[in-house]
Amino acid sequence: MITGRPARIRTRYDVAVVGGGPAGMAAALGARESGAESILVIDREREAGGILWQCIHSGFGLHHFKEELTGPEYAQRYLEEMLEAGVDLLTDSFVADIDRDRRLKVMTGARGVHVVEAGAVALAMGARERTRGAIRIPGTRPSGVMTAGLAQKIVNMHGYLPGRRAVILGSGDIGLIMARRLTLEGVEVMGVFEIMPHANGLNRNIVQCLHDFDIPLYLSTTVAEIHGRDRVEKVTVAPVDENFRPILGKAWDIDCDTLLLSIGLIPENELSRQLNLSIDQVTGGPVVDSRMETSKSGVFAGGNVVHIHDLVDFVSQESLLAGRGAGAYLSGGRPPPDNIRVIPGENVAYCVPHSIASERPHTIYMRVRRPLEKCLIRFGEVLEKKLSYVFPAEMVSLKVRPELLEKFHGDALKVDILPRA
Amino acid sequence: MTRETPRDVIIVGGGVIGCAIARELSRYRLDVLLIEKECEVGFGTSKSNSGIIHAGHHASTDTLKGRLEWDGNQAWDQIADELGFGFQRVGELMVAFDDSQLGTLEKIKAQGEGKGVPDLEIWEPERIRKEEPSLSTDIIAALHAPTAGVVNPYEACFGLIDNARENGVAIVVETTVESVAADDDGAIVLGTSRGRHAARFVINAAGVHADRIAALAGVGSFRITPRKGEEYLLDKRLKGLVKRIIFPCPTPTSKGILVIPTFDGTIMVGPTAHETEDRSDLTTTMAGGDEVFASVKRVVPGVSERDCIAEFAGLRAAAKGEDFIIGPTDLKGFVNVAGIQSPGLTAAPAIARMVTDILHDEGLGLVPDDGFVPTVTHPIRVASLPLEEQIGLAGHDPRFGHVVCRCEHITEGEVIDSIQRGAQTLDGIKFRTRAGMGRCQGGFCSWRCMELIAQEKGVPLTSVTKRGGGSWIICEREDGGGR
Amino acid sequence: MAQEPISHYLCIGCPLGCRLEVDEGPGGDIVEVRGWACKRGDRYARQEHTDPRRMVTTTVRLSGGMWARLPVKTSVPVPKGRIGEVCLQLREVTVPAPVRTGDVVVKNVLGLEADIVATRDAA
Repeated sequence: MITGRPARIRTRYDVAVVGGGPAGMAAALGARESGAESILVIDREREAGGILWQCIHSGFGLHHFKEELTGPEYAQRYLEEMLEAGVDLLTDSFVADIDRDRRLKVMTGARGVHVVEAGAVALAMGARERTRGAIRIPGTRPSGVMTAGLAQKIVNMHGYLPGRRAVILGSGDIGLIMARRLTLEGVEVMGVFEIMPHANGLNRNIVQCLHDFDIPLYLSTTVAEIHGRDRVEKVTVAPVDENFRPILGKAWDIDCDTLLLSIGLIPENELSRQLNLSIDQVTGGPVVDSRMETSKSGVFAGGNVVHIHDLVDFVSQESLLAGRGAGAYLSGGRPPPDNIRVIPGENVAYCVPHSIASERPHTIYMRVRRPLEKCLIRFGEVLEKKLSYVFPAEMVSLKVRPELLEKFHGDALKVDILPRA
Repeated sequence: MTRETPRDVIIVGGGVIGCAIARELSRYRLDVLLIEKECEVGFGTSKSNSGIIHAGHHASTDTLKGRLEWDGNQAWDQIADELGFGFQRVGELMVAFDDSQLGTLEKIKAQGEGKGVPDLEIWEPERIRKEEPSLSTDIIAALHAPTAGVVNPYEACFGLIDNARENGVAIVVETTVESVAADDDGAIVLGTSRGRHAARFVINAAGVHADRIAALAGVGSFRITPRKGEEYLLDKRLKGLVKRIIFPCPTPTSKGILVIPTFDGTIMVGPTAHETEDRSDLTTTMAGGDEVFASVKRVVPGVSERDCIAEFAGLRAAAKGEDFIIGPTDLKGFVNVAGIQSPGLTAAPAIARMVTDILHDEGLGLVPDDGFVPTVTHPIRVASLPLEEQIGLAGHDPRFGHVVCRCEHITEGEVIDSIQRGAQTLDGIKFRTRAGMGRCQGGFCSWRCMELIAQEKGVPLTSVTKRGGGSWIICEREDGGGR
Repeated sequence: MAQEPISHYLCIGCPLGCRLEVDEGPGGDIVEVRGWACKRGDRYARQEHTDPRRMVTTTVRLSGGMWARLPVKTSVPVPKGRIGEVCLQLREVTVPAPVRTGDVVVKNVLGLEADIVATRDAA
């Protein structure tokens, strides 16, 4: 079995990839494709593969592998591909620091602390879960309040349960998936509560994770207070008004010992800040050009560290580009820089990448602010396309071919998503 | 557990006051026991403290707290140095928005100067803008006091108790006092949830429960009305937003809602001040949060609720009259150290000395212990070491090269060290090492910390708790499918 | 004559989430499917109404591996009503490491003509 564990940690690599989840694995493959000879992937877990190992449900790989895989199967395939490509992999290792000269301080545990110089860097740190503090739920601070992702790891990998009777706050896909997982493992799930008037997860998950098991979903409802001194004893839930404040007159209590939070992900950008990269205030991730290069030359980024994705397939796609960019950075075979800025317009929260080049094809990813049906996407004056629907929870992608831009001579294009007239 | 001979002193309560007294008494040849009801010291009011060592000028010398405040302030450099916890004199600014508040600043400045607090200065707007550019431009003046500092209050408790224990003080935790009685030989016998303990002297440093302990002893002449304070901790990204502790002008019952640059570099805002009847009420509230952010935004407009990563509440042990109650009682040997609200943390070293003097006056012989060691081995903080030292340390012991908490860069070696020093729980590790205190709030590191507690203590993972008692974290599957 | 039953389904084809209605005739046959915006909805409603099936993904106990649990799935979808039973049955199973992705852990579980297979390697 190939482990990727290097006999000797070199002092210099062509490309260093920070993070060995789906983004990091794809970036490493991209770097190899574009000619990087020595590639180091650093991951903080016991094995590369990231969150995929704990996402034991299916629904992965439809775009990339053209078949429906479970998370572990997707990780397994990618990991084997990456290791066969001959990269060095350090697990249980942590990049504590990157300086301006792309020197990484790597804390490897068993193998000590190393400083590694990288010709180019691909950032693939992924995201972390929002916690209780981020949404200020009033009440006591007992144990038993946990993010859904941590509970998922505890159940699916460590083989324990987070409690016996759970309430889930947030209808993101992880929350829905965990409602089913806990039920199948013998935990009583009292309901899923969502502050927004619409669910945040896929319908498929609402049907197969909630309806199949008669788990109620309460929309426009939130947890207004947590009770219990040592351990969660109950939560107060209440419908919310138009400003998302709980209407306490309509509140009710639910006895439970566990509150799982599925309230969103935040790009993990500690290192990006250390490098003083330009950050997009909407995505929380670095500003990137069409090769996924950040504002710092030679530093690339892909996956959830740039913006939160709903499908791992797109993480892989985007990070492959980041890796290719990093590999090409060294060989000097870089294409000409971008000449058109992409600007989010009407009902578009953000666009990634933040710029494109007129002579290459691109996929622009974006998220809308409001749901719309029977709408259209307009890309400046060069492209207009009908869309049957858009939802904030589902990323919109727009393919742009170079032919479209032949006659465009400006330096910026705005993306609008509008109702059809 | 009944001992043949009573101890010299029992301290009831392991908050910062009890810990400071324990450490002060450990300088002498005495048999001392500290009884704490939580699973670790500092887990009551002390850990929820704002962590400010007050400059010394806030309270009037007409009060006991006013006299002990400045004495205590001056003792912190040496204690922090000896015990290896963080303390920094960052200074404070008390800000005024109008002329009437300007008068209050002048009054407090004069009060401080009367006590000998040095270098108090009123700053004009230009100076404020230059030194603290994030402050509101509506501020017309500010009183600067460079002697104010910040400290991690729980680290102070751990440092004090670790040192006291090394110098012979005994401690029992998760133990509540249920009865107090004098026996025929003049000793005081405490009935507790875990057996009886007797001593010639008992120090009542029980914080919000001090009036109950005094009542058990039949000397309950005061009442504690807990005053709750909610605090909100902001993301580390805001580091440097303010360099000094920012105070509004005080009111008679509160120093107001502050912006605190904590020793760890985060920004903390709070506390509120609301009386509560419930002594276990550590809830944070929607109203409290709104009050804090509304008040703070007026002073530092750049603060936002969206940057909040954690919130908590603590109970000030306020007594009627708003002053400290320190002294002997009608029960011979029973000494109250009660009503210790702000500036109790600041005053703690001075309170400990005062209590020692009281015990001496009451007949306790104080023979200095020649073997007293004033220092503890300072915990290693890998993240703060230079690179070469990190490389050397990790080469020698790989556990110091293995990062467990990635928000705060805490290594396995540091976590194991904290367990060996007495951390029993996830909170115990968190308050000793900061693992789990950062923006992910333990999402990544808590499992590894649980494994390390289980490994070091030889207990199953399911018996690891957040902070003792019934605060279990995980349970077994019905088919026992874990490890 | 009693009114024939109408069954309701939420389409999983896309985020629109069409609310589908299936009318059943006296013989249990499907008379009409309403509410769909595209043909996928019609197909989904018919399958879901006559024979709803699900792929089950869960874990079994793993001994001697890096983790305590091994993720597994059913090789083909099983009847929706039997999911709970499948999971209860799997509580009895312990798989020793090493395991390869695709290894059959339980053959023909509960006689449902579906195998339980490992979805990752475990050393």
